[in-house]
Amino acid sequence: MNFIKFLDTLSDREALSAKGSRRDSLQQLKDIGKNAAMASIPFAMAATSNSTKAATNSMASAAFMADNNDVLKFALSLEYLEREFYQIGMDTNGLIPEEDRTVFQTILNHESSHVSFFVTALGLSDGDLKPTFDFTGAPGGLNLDTFQNYETFMALAQGFEDTGVRAFKGQAGALANDNTLLTYALQVHSVEARHASQVRRMRGEKGLITKNENTLPAAFSAIYAGEENTSQGGVELSGAFGSLGGDNALTEAFDEPLTMDEVLAIAGTFIVS
Amino acid sequence: MNVKTVDNNRRRFLKVSGLALAGTGLLMACSNDDDFVPADPDPNPNPDPDPNVFDLGSGNLGILNYAYALEQLEAAFYAKVREGQYYAGTSGTERQLLDDVYYHEAIHREFFKTAISSVVSADQVLPELSFDFSSVDFNSRDVVLATSVALEDTGVSAYNGAGQLIDVSNDAGKAYLGLAGKIVSVEARHASAFRDLVNPGSMDFAGDDILVNLGGTGNSYDKAILPADILAAVGNLGFITTAFTANNLPTS
Repeated sequence: MNFIKFLDTLSDREALSAKGSRRDSLQQLKDIGKNAAMASIPFAMAATSNSTKAATNSMASAAFMADNNDVLKFALSLEYLEREFYQIGMDTNGLIPEEDRTVFQTILNHESSHVSFFVTALGLSDGDLKPTFDFTGAPGGLNLDTFQNYETFMALAQGFEDTGVRAFKGQAGALANDNTLLTYALQVHSVEARHASQVRRMRGEKGLITKNENTLPAAFSAIYAGEENTSQGGVELSGAFGSLGGDNALTEAFDEPLTMDEVLAIAGTFIVS
Repeated sequence: MNVKTVDNNRRRFLKVSGLALAGTGLLMACSNDDDFVPADPDPNPNPDPDPNVFDLGSGNLGILNYAYALEQLEAAFYAKVREGQYYAGTSGTERQLLDDVYYHEAIHREFFKTAISSVVSADQVLPELSFDFSSVDFNSRDVVLATSVALEDTGVSAYNGAGQLIDVSNDAGKAYLGLAGKIVSVEARHASAFRDLVNPGSMDFAGDDILVNLGGTGNSYDKAILPADILAAVGNLGFITTAFTANNLPTS
């Protein structure tokens, strides 16, 4: 089974508007995908021997451009970061007020399932390739009271979600060679945006990013760098929408991507190794 | 009126899929007839059965016109919201959200109009559509917010579904995909905010009622819906009164 067919096994007919050939493929592979996924067994582990696993991975590499795997690993790292952050937050007594726990439990659930998705897509086991995180920001020279101070926790949550939106957006072009993978990535991307909007609003901000305004600690200005862009599709639009909220609304109306390197520089503040 | 009609409409859409799909009058007339069964689908449908009805076009042009249609709908809706009694009674962040979302959707609309007009002749640009929002009680907060949620959720799933249809074999196509990505997350931010206004502090900002499951990992993914299903659902809302067809959009 090649990697693309494997990805098909991940898809849910109700979840994705599929073209005919994909439906046929799904029909054939439905049971395999369902069983592997429902048991939360990464696909490669369903193989009966290490040699089979190795062969599967090799075929995956051959069937797939290397940069797509790099993108999947990149996405997995970010999802690991978010999952661990929210898990510690939820597990820290007295940190998250009762009235906000539903929101953060919901976000945690989503990040957990995104981890499962990318782990499975890469043929890995949960925990494989997981960086070691330090949410005080010590690797970046910071000393944040992340899990002692709810304001700090909220600020980081916003930062991670806004970064996640920009990070996935930045990889759309790289995934454009595979429609299935591109679509999955988009389906994750917009959920991160829902999270970002919610956390921003809980912090008393708009759900949208206005210019490059950063209300997080100054060390995180890179999360919003470039959001002040007013040129879209090669057309400079600054000043064009005076009656529609002006350049503030213009920059809010378009979220901007970050490159993989830019995201890793931001995330690196929290990555020990 | 039930604005959460996307799922119910899929079945209806399938029944009429043998017809030339219209976002508007033709489709609505058919979709109200549950007993309607189309004749055997014509394997070679006339791509332009009525030269007086605008067709969105093919390839990336078709996708851009499709997005332009959705943005026209959203912008027109929020313009009406701002004329209603519900809006008049709002203040603070709720008022700000309604203003901002109108601005964003109107900016998206104007952007698409400009972008499409810059690459094709005027007769290939979707005309300004007409709308009928008489079924919406703009004095009712519940109605306005529920309709807003439906429109924003539809926008999210529409852009997510359209991404794969964009031909990225040239730089313009790559730029269009990038723009779809820049806009879809804004629609998702809107959807989240409206959903939280309806049910504050709940899980609804990214709720199980709208998210779907991929690979058994949980309801943690937005939908990705193809234009045919989106247009069927939008058609059933009954808001767009200008007929147009979508006979030549890419489907894969």
